[in-house]
Amino acid sequence: MTNTLVKKNNTGKYIAIICLALVYILAILLDNFLPATSFTLMLIPVLQKGAIYALLCVSMNLLNGFTGLFSLGQAGFMLIGGYVYAAITIPAAQHDSVYQYFDSAIRFSIPEILSNVIGKGPGTIVGVIISLIIAGLIAALFAFLIGFPVLRLKSDYLAIATLGFAEIIRAVFQWEGLGAITNGSNQLRKYVTLSGMELNFGSFTLELGTLFLFVIVTVCVALVVLLINSSYGRALKAIRDDEIAAEAMGISLFKHKMISFIISSFFAGVGGALLAMFQTTIQANAFKSAMTYEILLMVVIGGIGSISGSCIASFLYIALSEWILRFLDEGSLFGLISVPFFRDGFRKVVFSVVIMIIVLFFSKGIMGDKEISFKGIGGLLTRLKNKKKKTAPAAEAVSEEGEANE
Amino acid sequence: MSNVLHVENVTMQFGGVVAVNNLSLDIPEGKIVALIGPNGAGKTTAFNCITGVYQPTSGLVEFMGKPMVRSTPKGKMKKQYKGQNKELYSSQSVIDPNPDHITKLGIARTFQNIRLWKSMTVFENVLIAKHMRAKQNVFSAIFRANAKEEKRMREETMALLQEQGLDKFKDELATSLPYGLQRRLEIARALATNPKLLLLDEPAAGMNPQETQELAEFIKQIRDKYNLTIFLIEHHMDLVMKISDYIYVIDFGSKIAEGVPEEIQNNQRVIDAYLGVADDDE
Repeated sequence: MTNTLVKKNNTGKYIAIICLALVYILAILLDNFLPATSFTLMLIPVLQKGAIYALLCVSMNLLNGFTGLFSLGQAGFMLIGGYVYAAITIPAAQHDSVYQYFDSAIRFSIPEILSNVIGKGPGTIVGVIISLIIAGLIAALFAFLIGFPVLRLKSDYLAIATLGFAEIIRAVFQWEGLGAITNGSNQLRKYVTLSGMELNFGSFTLELGTLFLFVIVTVCVALVVLLINSSYGRALKAIRDDEIAAEAMGISLFKHKMISFIISSFFAGVGGALLAMFQTTIQANAFKSAMTYEILLMVVIGGIGSISGSCIASFLYIALSEWILRFLDEGSLFGLISVPFFRDGFRKVVFSVVIMIIVLFFSKGIMGDKEISFKGIGGLLTRLKNKKKKTAPAAEAVSEEGEANE
Repeated sequence: MSNVLHVENVTMQFGGVVAVNNLSLDIPEGKIVALIGPNGAGKTTAFNCITGVYQPTSGLVEFMGKPMVRSTPKGKMKKQYKGQNKELYSSQSVIDPNPDHITKLGIARTFQNIRLWKSMTVFENVLIAKHMRAKQNVFSAIFRANAKEEKRMREETMALLQEQGLDKFKDELATSLPYGLQRRLEIARALATNPKLLLLDEPAAGMNPQETQELAEFIKQIRDKYNLTIFLIEHHMDLVMKISDYIYVIDFGSKIAEGVPEEIQNNQRVIDAYLGVADDDE
């Protein structure tokens, strides 16, 4: 009995490692070796944006799905993260051309400083990682500060307060008084983007943009999963299920809500910085509340309280909205039959209907609050193998399939 | 013998309604003390004042000889206040702890309408109560730096479930248990916080006579096993009379009687409160 358990664990681990490795290899292949067809040119940005939104969804899910705090401040924290990242990675020489109307206050670039020390390729990558962490930390600092007044509020009031915060941040970042850092309402550009992630081996250049993004997102999501499966994660779920009982069992509501809020905002900040890398320019005006709603929508589609659901939903949503449903805007069905009402904006109509259907009839989302578990898949495979060996039907095993946890 | 809990002149007023009026009581160590009274007498409100859910309008609660809650009417309440001893604690600083602080000091409670965490298993329900006393912070928890602590929590939880006879249900959802076992699980969860004083809010509500009988034995057992002091609210008089060492009776927020079970059974005011007073005019 114990033997099979151990086996199950290991197969799960192997499957997880193999899947991750395959994704990483695919990322390298896409960036470097596969020919640039119209298919790959579409696939790469969709994968990149999907990965970024997966992180943003997971960070929102930590707050909304696991702690039960209905917060709508995501776009504000993303904005802070994105701007901080951009401001500290613009090369020193480019400051005058970026900050056209202002006297730039930050005249250093972390990736540049590190490039001088340990070489251009690795220096840029390490510098960007440090910059991402700083971006996350500044977003977390803001969360800590506004958490004091805001986290005393409940449900709708919290949503309104955090939404207001995001809008205020958006306005403040466009204010000319902060122009020395934020460049006023003008965009920031020329900072290190995903295409800057490369390693030189003599004459050969290895592009690492997509791989870098995937590794960062995996690490961040893994940290959230570790948090959720720890003692603190259980305490957060207890607060979600019943605040009064949680408090009576010695869980400090304010402290735990603050922890969740800060960690969620940290990852929102990192996600915002990654989005800035992906977009190559960043402007505060783009971080509207619609962006928060979009993320909330993905969280709901994936299942509130499911990390794997959030990841699946974000890739699905991005792929549909950016790519697969594009034909709805282009006037014809697969380029064969022209359909008169397939014109600009029809995609959004179809999308809205799909979303309404999901919310009305599948309100639990794709995953509900369950998780895909590699352990479960591993267990399933071993069971299938055993079934082949022994013809005896394992009725008990089937009943276990439903519980795919961890 | 020392008192674990000392409640002095606690008044809880909601607007014009005085839910608890000038209540004073003492709970000696190692005893089972009951608080009884007709529906709406203010028993649960008294519990909520002790456990920090409400801040009393006025009064003092001491736990293990140290002041734990202290309050005095302030703001609008100063004018509206209907209780007695308005100025009693006005010179002293207000102490208004959150419920989690009070649990940390060593008072655990159960609820009148069971409040288990619905989406979690029996095992997790008890495990979460262990979180409070775990020696770890967020980072050591995320990076699994203190795996021993987590292992210890799990082992202690398992041991507690075995002691309470709940180990065979450990992977079931808490809400899928039968009612009596849910009550028992709630008590087990409260025990997981290592309390000195256990407050039980109507532990026998909804139980049949057979289950009530078992519960009486169970309460005595856990008191002896975990060196607890128990303070309970209950409507089943046979249960109260059987296990209580001392009984307080309240009606309309005020204490109307106290004493050992025999005294209470023969107290005319208590009988009147429960059965209603005969109208003299007729």
